[in-house]
Amino acid sequence: MLDPTRIDKITSDLLRPIRINNAFKLWMTVLIVALVICLYAYTLQLKNGLGVAGIRDYVSWGMYISNFVFFVATSLIGMLISAVLGLSGVKWAAPLARIAEIIALAFAMVAGLVIVSDMGRPDRLLYVIIHGRIQSPIVWDITVVSTYVIISALLLYLPLIPDLKICADKLEKAPKIQRDIYKILSLNWNGSPEQQKIISQATRALAIFIIPIALAIHTVTSWLFANTSRAGWDSTVFGPYFVSGAFVCGSAAVIIAMYFYRYNYKLQDYITDSHFDNMGKLLVLVSVVYIYFNLNEYMVPYYKMKKFEAIGIHELFSGVHAFLFWSTQILGLVLPTILLLFKGMRKPFPMMIIGIFVLVGGWFKRYIIVVPPQEHPYLPIQNVPMNFKIYTPTLTEILITVAPFILVLMIITILSKVIPIVSIHETLEEEIENPKPLKGM
Amino acid sequence: MSEQEEKPKKKTRREFLQELGYVGVGALIGGSAIFAGVNYDKRKKQVDRIKVLTAENELIEIDKNGVTKVVKSKKEILTYLQKEGREGIPGKRWVMVLDLSKCKNAQRCMAACQSSHHLRPEQSHINTLKMQESINTPPYYLPKQCQHCDNPPCVAVCPVDATYKRPDGIVLIDNERCIGCRFCIAACPYSARTLNWTKPLHDDEDKDKTYNVELNVPQRKGTITKCLFSADRLRDGKLPYCVSACPNGVFYFGDENEDAVTNGTTKVTVRFKKLLADNGGYQLMPELGTKPRIYYLPPKGKTYPFQEKDKALLDKELE
Repeated sequence: MLDPTRIDKITSDLLRPIRINNAFKLWMTVLIVALVICLYAYTLQLKNGLGVAGIRDYVSWGMYISNFVFFVATSLIGMLISAVLGLSGVKWAAPLARIAEIIALAFAMVAGLVIVSDMGRPDRLLYVIIHGRIQSPIVWDITVVSTYVIISALLLYLPLIPDLKICADKLEKAPKIQRDIYKILSLNWNGSPEQQKIISQATRALAIFIIPIALAIHTVTSWLFANTSRAGWDSTVFGPYFVSGAFVCGSAAVIIAMYFYRYNYKLQDYITDSHFDNMGKLLVLVSVVYIYFNLNEYMVPYYKMKKFEAIGIHELFSGVHAFLFWSTQILGLVLPTILLLFKGMRKPFPMMIIGIFVLVGGWFKRYIIVVPPQEHPYLPIQNVPMNFKIYTPTLTEILITVAPFILVLMIITILSKVIPIVSIHETLEEEIENPKPLKGM
Repeated sequence: MSEQEEKPKKKTRREFLQELGYVGVGALIGGSAIFAGVNYDKRKKQVDRIKVLTAENELIEIDKNGVTKVVKSKKEILTYLQKEGREGIPGKRWVMVLDLSKCKNAQRCMAACQSSHHLRPEQSHINTLKMQESINTPPYYLPKQCQHCDNPPCVAVCPVDATYKRPDGIVLIDNERCIGCRFCIAACPYSARTLNWTKPLHDDEDKDKTYNVELNVPQRKGTITKCLFSADRLRDGKLPYCVSACPNGVFYFGDENEDAVTNGTTKVTVRFKKLLADNGGYQLMPELGTKPRIYYLPPKGKTYPFQEKDKALLDKELE
């Protein structure tokens, strides 16, 4: 059995962040103000039409769709860490599962809103359900993304039940209503072997079920492009190319979140250096796979130089998009992978910086995949104004693109203020199995 | 009151005769009135009666004066137009043939199309492109529009059945349904579609008009518009706007089932298959498997030079 003082220490450490302090209030105020500005930009779009953005008839999918792909991509990490690593018995990843699920849920939920911002007639959103046609990849996408949101939410909630009971019991300073909610949501958890078994079986079933769904959400998202005959999108590796890239973005997002949770909530004993070391190795693994798919995606058309693909490749390698393309590929993918091979770089601070580079690179990579192929359709672009030929995002469009990020930050912040971001229950279980001295004890 | 009733009602002889006289005169007048009426009715049968086909397919004859015109509500007209617009024109398979050797880039087709569909200058259902495949092949003008593919990629990807293929071959777009996702723009290899990115050109004037899917007017903000093969004109038995507007005899339009196409400028009707066979007719990008309903005759034996100003643009693109 575990020493009661150790139990108290772990519980109070992990419950400490669950309170409203001034830092939280300030941070939320900043986010709300920023969100209001972005929402004002969206009201302009609602009033005046999609024309307030820089997209036009030829490049008709711009930052909004790039953003959608990015959000769906980042959300895939929940499946990798809590399902794939969890099911294969990788112990070190267990304390990160909740962070990964929070990120998965936040990004997947907001992805649904991002796609609405790209609609010319958002008032007709329900038509997709009323008049939905099964042969359209958009309908597939909506189906799998909503399924993924539900399963991710369950995968966050089920392992949380024991912790909710702890919250209800131990958070004496919390308002009564909050404790009542914990109590209701903890579903009369008492930790009996029978309940333990139900939870672990249900979690396992969900973890298995989420793997094909997660693969589906990003494969289907890639098919929005690959199912057209446009040069640059017309590719058979788009599914795995997108999925492998998704893990890169998601791992970077988890690393950044780990760093700030650890630093702000003083969780150095629970999100340890070795967690960062392992996440660094994981990021190297998924990046190497992604580099391999990049090689396929760009080098095969580059060798053949078919007429229209050649135009696109030239624009990326040495044309108007060359700077963006090479900085994204080198600063956002190749260099981080090389750096993370060194042990010294797999420390919290350098990894947070690398994570930001990878995540920003990941966003621009989506932009490179989405926008340039539309600039060179099979038939020439003529008899239209200049802004139809060259896509330039507008300020309104950029603000509407930023809004989903603010929403994700709000969701991640609020969730971390109402639930323990590292599972108390599992940390205690782990302590019983492998007792180890905690720092400062 | 009661006093009067008590009096026995006894008629005198004079009174009786008097009343008999009234009846006789009345009967005479009545009889002649009936006679006149029947006669009048007989005459009326020829001029004031009309034949009407009932909903049960029965031919009846009714008095013209008794006819009241049924005033349909805006919603009923819309429902009718939408139904008609989905069903198409029975028995037809519309095709278009464009003779590229005749096109002089007059752009009358573009102008006629834009004005009839209430488009902005930068929006075009039909666009005359300056084309040159490679350095040594000759430049030419290509009027390009929706190809009304028999295997349309836009229809496949539409999530709400807003764009659809009709039995008569036309691909239409329903602005009452379109959600503005622009997947069809992404999927169309011919760049044939355009969105109403902002308020449409004649938004205020067209506000009270009932939406006609075969004309796509009124245009709606946030929805797609594209070539409709002038489905509204076809319903009236007329040639499409662009076909009639061309001064150079580029366009032929007709019905594949009848194997006949009519030139919009000369109004000469020729055999569709023979026209293609004699002139080496072809389709745009058939390798994509879209099966277009528009055919082109190659720009062979052009009688006019390709404009110098246009040449400069192509040289730049071919570099």
